[in-house]
Amino acid sequence: MSVDEIRTSKADELRIVNKPLARHDAAEKIAGTTRYAGDLAFEGMLHARLVRAQVPSARLTRRDVTTARGLPGVVAVLLGEDVPNNEISVDVPGQTIAVGALKARMQVLATERVRFHGEPIALVVAEHEDALAAACEAVEIEYEDLPVVSDPEQALAEGAFAVHEGGNLLAEWNIDLGDVDGSFARADVIVEGEYRTQFVDHAYLEPEAGVSWIDDDGVLNLRVATQVVEHYRDIAKILGVPDSKVRVIAPYVGGGFGGKEDMTVEPYLAIATSHTRRPVRMQWTRNESLLARAKRHRNHMRYRTAAASDGTILAQDIEIVSDAGAYAYLSALVLLYSSVHACGPYRVQNARIRAKTAYTNNPPTSAFRGFGGMQVVLGYESQMDELAKKLGIDPGEIRKRNALRRGDRLPVGQEIITEVQLAQTIDAVRERAGEKPEPSGPRLAVGRAIASNMQSYGRLVWLNDSAAAWIGFQMDGSLTIRCAVPDIGGGQASSLAQISSEVLGVDMDRITVHFGDSALNPLAGTTTATRQLLMSGNATYEAAVMLRDQVLAAVAEETGQPVEALSLTPDGITGPDRTVSVTLALQICRRRNVPVEALGTFFGPKGKEVTRELQGERLFPDFTFGTHLADVEVDLDTGQVKVLRYIASHDVGRAINPLSVEGQITGAAVQGLGQALLEEIVMQDGVNLTGGFFQYLIPTAMDVPDIEAIVLESGEGLGPFGARGIGEPPIGPPLAVISSAIADAVGARPTTLPITPERVLECVERGSR
Amino acid sequence: MKPATTTDMTVTMTVNGKSVTRVAGGHVTLLRWLRDEAGVFDPKYGCGEGVCGACTVLVDGEPASACIVLAAQCEGSDVLTAAGLAGPDGELNALQRAFHERHGAQCGFCTPGMLMCATAMLADGRTRTRDEIREELHGNLCRCTGYQPIVDAIQDAQGVDR
Repeated sequence: MSVDEIRTSKADELRIVNKPLARHDAAEKIAGTTRYAGDLAFEGMLHARLVRAQVPSARLTRRDVTTARGLPGVVAVLLGEDVPNNEISVDVPGQTIAVGALKARMQVLATERVRFHGEPIALVVAEHEDALAAACEAVEIEYEDLPVVSDPEQALAEGAFAVHEGGNLLAEWNIDLGDVDGSFARADVIVEGEYRTQFVDHAYLEPEAGVSWIDDDGVLNLRVATQVVEHYRDIAKILGVPDSKVRVIAPYVGGGFGGKEDMTVEPYLAIATSHTRRPVRMQWTRNESLLARAKRHRNHMRYRTAAASDGTILAQDIEIVSDAGAYAYLSALVLLYSSVHACGPYRVQNARIRAKTAYTNNPPTSAFRGFGGMQVVLGYESQMDELAKKLGIDPGEIRKRNALRRGDRLPVGQEIITEVQLAQTIDAVRERAGEKPEPSGPRLAVGRAIASNMQSYGRLVWLNDSAAAWIGFQMDGSLTIRCAVPDIGGGQASSLAQISSEVLGVDMDRITVHFGDSALNPLAGTTTATRQLLMSGNATYEAAVMLRDQVLAAVAEETGQPVEALSLTPDGITGPDRTVSVTLALQICRRRNVPVEALGTFFGPKGKEVTRELQGERLFPDFTFGTHLADVEVDLDTGQVKVLRYIASHDVGRAINPLSVEGQITGAAVQGLGQALLEEIVMQDGVNLTGGFFQYLIPTAMDVPDIEAIVLESGEGLGPFGARGIGEPPIGPPLAVISSAIADAVGARPTTLPITPERVLECVERGSR
Repeated sequence: MKPATTTDMTVTMTVNGKSVTRVAGGHVTLLRWLRDEAGVFDPKYGCGEGVCGACTVLVDGEPASACIVLAAQCEGSDVLTAAGLAGPDGELNALQRAFHERHGAQCGFCTPGMLMCATAMLADGRTRTRDEIREELHGNLCRCTGYQPIVDAIQDAQGVDR
């Protein structure tokens, strides 16, 4: 089955799908019995910790582990020289091509040079956790400081110190469509803006953790908090062993958001266990997580937008520079997302987009919910509001006039193939909101704004994505699903049970999903890029349909009823003449040599490998559209912003589980509000000043209002039953909607995130002039 | 081989209704003692500095961040964790059922701490407004739900016979 087959469903014909069911994993989580990656312990288990660089940019002149190795309880202290292949490949797992700069590497343990504050240099393994701290301190490291490159624009300037050999430009993408200069010359109105987003941390509640051991069969097992079990291949490469000798198990993960997409503890657990032949646990501290794990890219964006007097966008001229940090990770791809999403959900016939990402000595930057497609929302939606204001057109109306429709093409050339309900989401949030409230006191101002967005779901088409799932009936009629999908809290495994229940008529409490195991389950790819419902969801759907058809065909032959008259229901296989119980039907299958299991493999759409000049290409499977509305109250004396009301609407095609969909929308909106108003990884000359939750502030329950989610269902998408992905899309609009609502309240627009009280007061002052 | 810093001192507490005696060096936090010595793993390590609330437990009925309390301070105490909330046959209590119905757990990592903070809140029998619930939850961070279903669940559980 091709991904291009648009799937649809009618809500009133669904039995289990589209119902707001408590997830099958919820009861154990609430009972406190779910064992996360750090919750497993073995007899004789060792503990491991990393010695990390104290400085952001230096040559390592001395690494002496003699004293540390001699301390009581210390089993091993390992350096880069002790790692069989001391290199972490950051090719996207499963990727079948490497495009120049996209293939960039870092060392497992640095041997000659460090490039960011917190980079791993040595690995200490000890009998007891208590021995770790002393041993880490006893590792003697001497540095010869090198220049620190702390800003991507400085990094790209002539004569800048090279963070890596070959220069600081890691990747660039260009999009050219139509006649941009001519359009600007003809324009009735031009709006210019400059926008800056900040480094942000994922701040999931579960810091990176895992346990490793060697089984009787000699296979190295890692049970780790990860979004990608397929990293077993990267681990095998580091150890120099065949891929089949490494197994990664992902238990329920305590939040991912992209931060557990790249490897974290895996290489270190692998070398520790492989060296000592004993079980090892590694638990990163929150400080390590904040210092050293990759962040969201900060983007510097310059927008020039040309429009006609009726609000029609004539052209976009956009420059983006992002901070790739010290190592490549996924920066090139994140920037590609920024480039392709840069014009937003609007028809743009003329566009010039210039995007660059540069190495610095800041922490590495990589995947984070929204993956480059979200920073640009601040750019294009701020421009849209300024345009509306200049032309005296209603902000909703100007968006509707320019909204993409099915059949339109993005500036990159990709055609929109499914229905777009952007206008409906605008109407939905405004209808719900009613009248703008009055300020609750003197020296307070209220502002309201909307912001729309689009975000892709599914991986880049030239990555040749695929996912597999296996479903088997047990002879008592219960169901076993095997699919190596990592469940990071979004209900990834539970959705598969719901889809199978719908097709096979088995009640949810009789279905077990075995997930997140690279050795025992069919591989389903990464839980990233809002792809699992599309990919493992479709694979499961296909397996379920195959299995249903096998069983129905066997019963049809056995009972002499036409197969098209039979259906599989919770009561059995019902037909015009006779109903057969599921257990009997399975016995019939056995007798007739008909398998009672099926393997579904789903292949994503294909596309050509991209080059630096992007044009005429389909890059993504499809997109999800939405609109948010916020009312804010600004204290004109203190700059404090209170979000009074927040409404978020997205078309999800078909909600497999409406509770999970609402959970994604409310959670992403609040995470986006954190980026808009509170959060920033603060760097000073390469030194990270935000090493704990006292410095890095994420929203508490007091900082945010209820999020009113309005789920629209066009009934159309590329996922099973017409579902679209919703994991990432709702995180983009908060950046713009808060900025625009503040602008509405005080008369001047904040353009740099986070919008701190100081920045609000600057706007109050500018607005009152 | 034991590191020199570990002493053989033992601490006894009642944990989820059972008396537990285990070694505890003077520097061992209640969180580490529960997880590594007592095998009670539902209180989670989230920050280690008493900010995130993932390790919230009740010590003699009062909520505490187990990561910044020493095990030795809790000698003789009655400690309740989320795993001790369910009934003898494992049936969820009213608060847990409300979390279940309201989709109060996504990744579930903050959930044990949230439940204990909410248990302490419900103990006085006072009915709180949504804003009051939000205020009292401010020491427990959640990154998945946006807090709303957790507030919903606590609101539902108020006044329900537990």
